[in-house]
Amino acid sequence: MKKVIYLDNNATTMTAPEVVAEMLPYFSEKYGNPSSMHAFGGENKHAVEAARKKVANLIGAQYADEIIFTGSGSEADNTAIMSAVNSFPNKKHIITSAVEHPAVLEVFKNLQSKGWRVDYIGVDKFGVFDMETFRSVITKNTALVSVMWANSETGTIFPVKEIADIAKQNNALFHTDAVQAVGKIPVSAEDSGIDMMSFSAHKIHGSKGIGGLYVKRGTRFLPLILGGHQEKGKRAGTENVPSIVGFGKAAEMAAARVKDISKIEALRDKLERALVEKIPDAKVNGDQRNRLPNTSNISFGYVEGESILLHLDEYGICASSGSACTSGSLEPSHVLRAMCVDFSFAHGSVRFSLSDKTTEAEIDFVIEKLPGIIEKLRKISPFGRNHAK
Amino acid sequence: MWDYTDKVKEYFKNPKNVGEIENADGTGQVGSLVCGDALRLTIKVDRKTEKISDAKFQTFGCASAIASSSILTEMIKGKTLAEASKITNADIASELGSLPEEKMHCSVMGMEALEAAVKSYRAGGKPIVFEEDESAKIVCKCFNVSEETIVKAIRANNLKTVDDVTHFTKAGGACGRCKPDIQKIIDKVYSCETPAAQTGKIPFGQMTVVGKIKAVEAVLEEYVRPKLNMDGGSVELVDIEGGTVKVRLLGACRGCASSGGTIKMLVERALKEKVSNDIKVEQVI
Repeated sequence: MKKVIYLDNNATTMTAPEVVAEMLPYFSEKYGNPSSMHAFGGENKHAVEAARKKVANLIGAQYADEIIFTGSGSEADNTAIMSAVNSFPNKKHIITSAVEHPAVLEVFKNLQSKGWRVDYIGVDKFGVFDMETFRSVITKNTALVSVMWANSETGTIFPVKEIADIAKQNNALFHTDAVQAVGKIPVSAEDSGIDMMSFSAHKIHGSKGIGGLYVKRGTRFLPLILGGHQEKGKRAGTENVPSIVGFGKAAEMAAARVKDISKIEALRDKLERALVEKIPDAKVNGDQRNRLPNTSNISFGYVEGESILLHLDEYGICASSGSACTSGSLEPSHVLRAMCVDFSFAHGSVRFSLSDKTTEAEIDFVIEKLPGIIEKLRKISPFGRNHAK
Repeated sequence: MWDYTDKVKEYFKNPKNVGEIENADGTGQVGSLVCGDALRLTIKVDRKTEKISDAKFQTFGCASAIASSSILTEMIKGKTLAEASKITNADIASELGSLPEEKMHCSVMGMEALEAAVKSYRAGGKPIVFEEDESAKIVCKCFNVSEETIVKAIRANNLKTVDDVTHFTKAGGACGRCKPDIQKIIDKVYSCETPAAQTGKIPFGQMTVVGKIKAVEAVLEEYVRPKLNMDGGSVELVDIEGGTVKVRLLGACRGCASSGGTIKMLVERALKEKVSNDIKVEQVI
């Protein structure tokens, strides 16, 4: 396999070797079921609970039992939203933002089709949450407000504490999809007044197939998956012990790492500055004053994202794009459209998402290769002449 | 990741015949920056034999759009206009080995650009943009695809499902509201039914003021606002003067660069189709 320069860490991350090492014994040695009465299985319960403590520590939960392990971040989102609307069946109004992950947005659309009144709060051209509209639409009849902590595409951070406060004043539950924020910036569920919060292991060097939902003690809760007493009856299904143990290790490492985000931020800024400087008609998408330190979303005018990605792939550089063609849908990213990014730029957006494993040499390599790729594609583009003017 | 054939990859990485022929005998264009892909095809034609002696392309789009465009120029060189006009999108796709289903519209774009370029040659060489006829019944409003185009794609490629039609023509690929209409078209093509008679509508000018407001408000509520809401915006009815409906865009739509397009493509289209053809929509800031 050729050398890979992996700048797609908002999609998924490498499972850290330290994490894999902790997971391995739980496959063929300690494979017992934590619910079993024999010690062979029952002891694994301690491993699960130790991991729960580490995860609770990372996300700033006051009690470990506020953490429910799920099969993914998406499952956590689905669980939180359905629990909220089913717990308050008389309140038929729910609020989210226009730039959420599909795991939230599609659930809201589904509820809308079933009769719930939904407000999708928009963002400005920098991706900043429209607090004024949010204040004006929330009422005592609002069951749930679900707004992400940080945007996966642009990295823009939302003021979740402020939103949670307003939700609380209106007796609405507040859920936040913190899948992209956890492990990248310091977060505290407890201090932010959050009722429910989703997160995922594979974004912080844990394994795929394991996520979690924080449910603050005292919050009304109804499980999505029925059929077992596991997770205190909040999520049925035999615990994914190896992945949970790995999640604990990943959380422990992330908690140490997140204290210093300056190195990753410096590399991101170097990449961004150089690309915008070297390539004409390149624009940074997102709120540059308030962003995840690892994320850079740049639009290159008059070229199409998939073409850029495939050329980058030739050099082993992995990134992603908000262009229509990459997703199989025919419209560009809903996030960029909500920000009113011009179509000539929305189709040519590329997201680089770094990790603590990213090196300066890798960043320099991208800076060296990308300008030539954009130039080549602009030569092919019929809109290249507009560009030359 | 798309499963592209080696030939698609090769024509994407090293496309042949990139550029624009100076003093071209025919220039065909299709697509736009908004749509996400666009192709400009220029051809040189021998007047006596009507053979295409040279062809060049410029494409804005993904790998399969670039590869389809490039291989099309290879395919038409040396052919007469009559021969070239017989090339279908399926020919373009099979020349490339194959294209992923979701990318078939890239080959359709090639066919349409060629059609426009031939038309341009016949019209004396002035560039022609491929577009749906004024009179055509537009089914997919997001991507401006007519019933005629859809029927053609269904017949040429033996398409059976709505997803097939979306992959080949893009119709139904954005908001998805026209999917039931596409299903009806598919049913019609395979059952050879005659089109149902259009239901009569009262001309807008003959409606009462209250009737106008009710009709317009109903369409805004049912067809327009749900779509704008998804992008964090909305629209309000401000006034109706004669046949002109005045609206104001709200929320994220306000001041959006594509607000003019929203008014024309979404609000006016919906009102024309659902209420009356003679409605004009104006934006009030």
